[in-house]
Amino acid sequence: MEWDTFMLSRLLTSMTLGFHIIFATIGVGVPLLICLAEWWGIRKNDPHYILLARRWARGFVITVAIGVVTGTCIGLQLSLLWPSFMQIAGQVIGLPLFLETFAFFFEAIFLGIYLYTWDRFKNPWIHWSFSIPVVIGSAGSAFFITTVNAFMNTPTGFTLENGMITAIEPWKAMFNPATPTKVLHVLASAYLTSAFILGSIAGFQLLKGRRHVYYRKALTFTMFFCLLFGILTAVIGDFSGKFLAEYQPEKLAAAEWHFHTERNADLILGGYLTEENEVRGAIRIPYALSLLAYGNPTAEVKGLHDFQRELWPPLFIHYLFDLMVGIGIYLIIVPIVYFYFLMKKNRMPNGIYRFIIAGGPLAMLAIEAGWIFTEAGRQPWILRGYMKTAHGVTTASNVGEMLFLFSLLYGVLAVTCIGVLLRLYRNNTAEAEIIRRGIG
Amino acid sequence: MHPEVFGISILWLFLYGYLIVASIDFGAGFYSYYCKLKKKDHITNGLIHRYLSPVWEVTNVFLIFFMVGLIGFFPDTAYYYGTALLIPGSLALVLLVIRGSFYAFSRYGARESSLYMFLYGSTGLLIPASLSTVLTISQGGFIEEQNGLIVFKAKELLLNPYSWSVVLLAIVSVLFISASFLTYYARKAQDQPAERVLRGFALSWSVPTILASIFVFLSLRQHSPWHFESIVELAWMFGASLFFFSIAVGLLWSKAAYGCAFLCVMCQFGFAFYGYGASHLPYILYPYITIQDSVTNPQMLDALILAFLAGLMLLLPSLYLLVRLFLFNARYVKGSGS
Repeated sequence: MEWDTFMLSRLLTSMTLGFHIIFATIGVGVPLLICLAEWWGIRKNDPHYILLARRWARGFVITVAIGVVTGTCIGLQLSLLWPSFMQIAGQVIGLPLFLETFAFFFEAIFLGIYLYTWDRFKNPWIHWSFSIPVVIGSAGSAFFITTVNAFMNTPTGFTLENGMITAIEPWKAMFNPATPTKVLHVLASAYLTSAFILGSIAGFQLLKGRRHVYYRKALTFTMFFCLLFGILTAVIGDFSGKFLAEYQPEKLAAAEWHFHTERNADLILGGYLTEENEVRGAIRIPYALSLLAYGNPTAEVKGLHDFQRELWPPLFIHYLFDLMVGIGIYLIIVPIVYFYFLMKKNRMPNGIYRFIIAGGPLAMLAIEAGWIFTEAGRQPWILRGYMKTAHGVTTASNVGEMLFLFSLLYGVLAVTCIGVLLRLYRNNTAEAEIIRRGIG
Repeated sequence: MHPEVFGISILWLFLYGYLIVASIDFGAGFYSYYCKLKKKDHITNGLIHRYLSPVWEVTNVFLIFFMVGLIGFFPDTAYYYGTALLIPGSLALVLLVIRGSFYAFSRYGARESSLYMFLYGSTGLLIPASLSTVLTISQGGFIEEQNGLIVFKAKELLLNPYSWSVVLLAIVSVLFISASFLTYYARKAQDQPAERVLRGFALSWSVPTILASIFVFLSLRQHSPWHFESIVELAWMFGASLFFFSIAVGLLWSKAAYGCAFLCVMCQFGFAFYGYGASHLPYILYPYITIQDSVTNPQMLDALILAFLAGLMLLLPSLYLLVRLFLFNARYVKGSGS
């Protein structure tokens, strides 16, 4: 590996995106849960759920701020690090980028209103209604920005002749073949991850011995949505597999170390690859890859040898794919076990809390793994089939210094964010607030 | 109107919007820090933070909107500015990040920290300074195409009197705009002590604003004769700007109608900003990018304009609601609501 501008630019972009998606995922998912908790609280006339929404919202402000500023970073870095790419692609993806800022604008306005109008209206539904535009705005910006990424995977809606882009169809570029599965998978997994993070906080309090009914309500509430969004994410993930088989077969083949085109293809779990590209130590599930790819156990799945060697994606993406899918399954099983014990009405074993607590960070890890899988799996292309990543990179020097600068910045942000969040909740526990507000 | 002129006018409008709302924010940061040093922070800071809390995120969006729109309407800008501005752009980003995120942290105790207040105050001046250099660069002479590579002449930028005059103007304008708005806001809140302090700030920054503007004109004449000539043709706009400035100062001086005074300040900067922008046309980056030859293709232009109009229908009522609930809500402004 050579540490040239190209490599450093890739690293800086990955680092910014990798840091941003933590906060972006929370930014998309948590508003929905806040909105649902407040709605349930008002409907059932249960102040505990309203307090839940309120306390979540308080921490959300911190994460949303980092989401906004790191989002600004990636927005600008696209042009700073990949100017040739933006000059070409900017002509086609200008529309969704532009629409994304509108969605973001909309969200920013109503988030401000929502956060600063608690207790301002006699009718609780008025305050609650301000959360809806926040949910719509955050889902909207996720939608638009994901269409941009989808476009990079399956570029459509233009013609490229001698480096000149012509015949642009903006709407077709936006609604490209990758858009539906990508957007739905991003949304569902963001909701799942946020629900699990909030659930793991409640689980942590219960494990520590907090007995107030508030925590139990919080946990059951979040676990319900974990189960719902977990199943949804898995179903959409299956569609994504079928999408890959049809439109990006080399990515699926690399993810599954599937070298020879064949019928009745095996799905490979775990394992490692020898120097000669032989798979060792893996569990093979017969027919499962054909089933995943085409919904038919005997279907033919394209292998990597059908593609030019220099167009292969890196083969390490197999591990990321397994990690993502494995965690996804874990995230469905844990809520099921939780509800099983809840139904049995005996004491919840502490082990369950531990699994739930682990689920939050694991879900975020799956988000990271999934994104690295999808991005690295598109290499060597920046615009699949049109432009190699190496041709989009800046000609400026000093990317190394900028990489150092931003590493430092994100480090400081991460530490400060965690510190502020911990202090925020430690200085004002839920019990104290329940007493102060007199809601018992 | 040609579609590309429409496009650049929209973008200019949003940049102007950013200029006003961000100036209020940046200046407020500086005043907070200054008042803390002078142990007067108890007078002004409650007021400043009541205003800024619900709007800081919106402020940020104006800037993002401009940048994204510029690339959408004029994709060549990404190539030239993107390549040239790696270092200054990244530094500006770091400042924006520090300010934006620390602003949110501040709501939970960081306000007592001197380090935080220092960062908050100093970024308030450094960000406008760094952003204004992009305007300087657009005059040409600092980005050159050599053998197909884009070269940014950072050293020349740092040694150029014109670029420093723009930085100076940016900083004093921020302080003037911010103080005149906050004076008005303090009166709405019926907060006399804060009003006294802020009015003092507004008046004391009014003269430097005008001096810096004159300085910019003089150095522009040296640096970009082509631009100076087209400015002379639009002299009436700058005359109008001066006219509104004098009314604003008069109103502030006589302690009358601060709301009108702030509107006049907005007109002052509006005329100057649009005069500057109009006289800069057709160049976006002299002499490489003009609005005609870099415009995106017609289908995309139509889609963008459509998206813009649809978005505006959503934005304007929302912004109105925000303003109604916080800026012009007597109970909230005085600090008794929520």
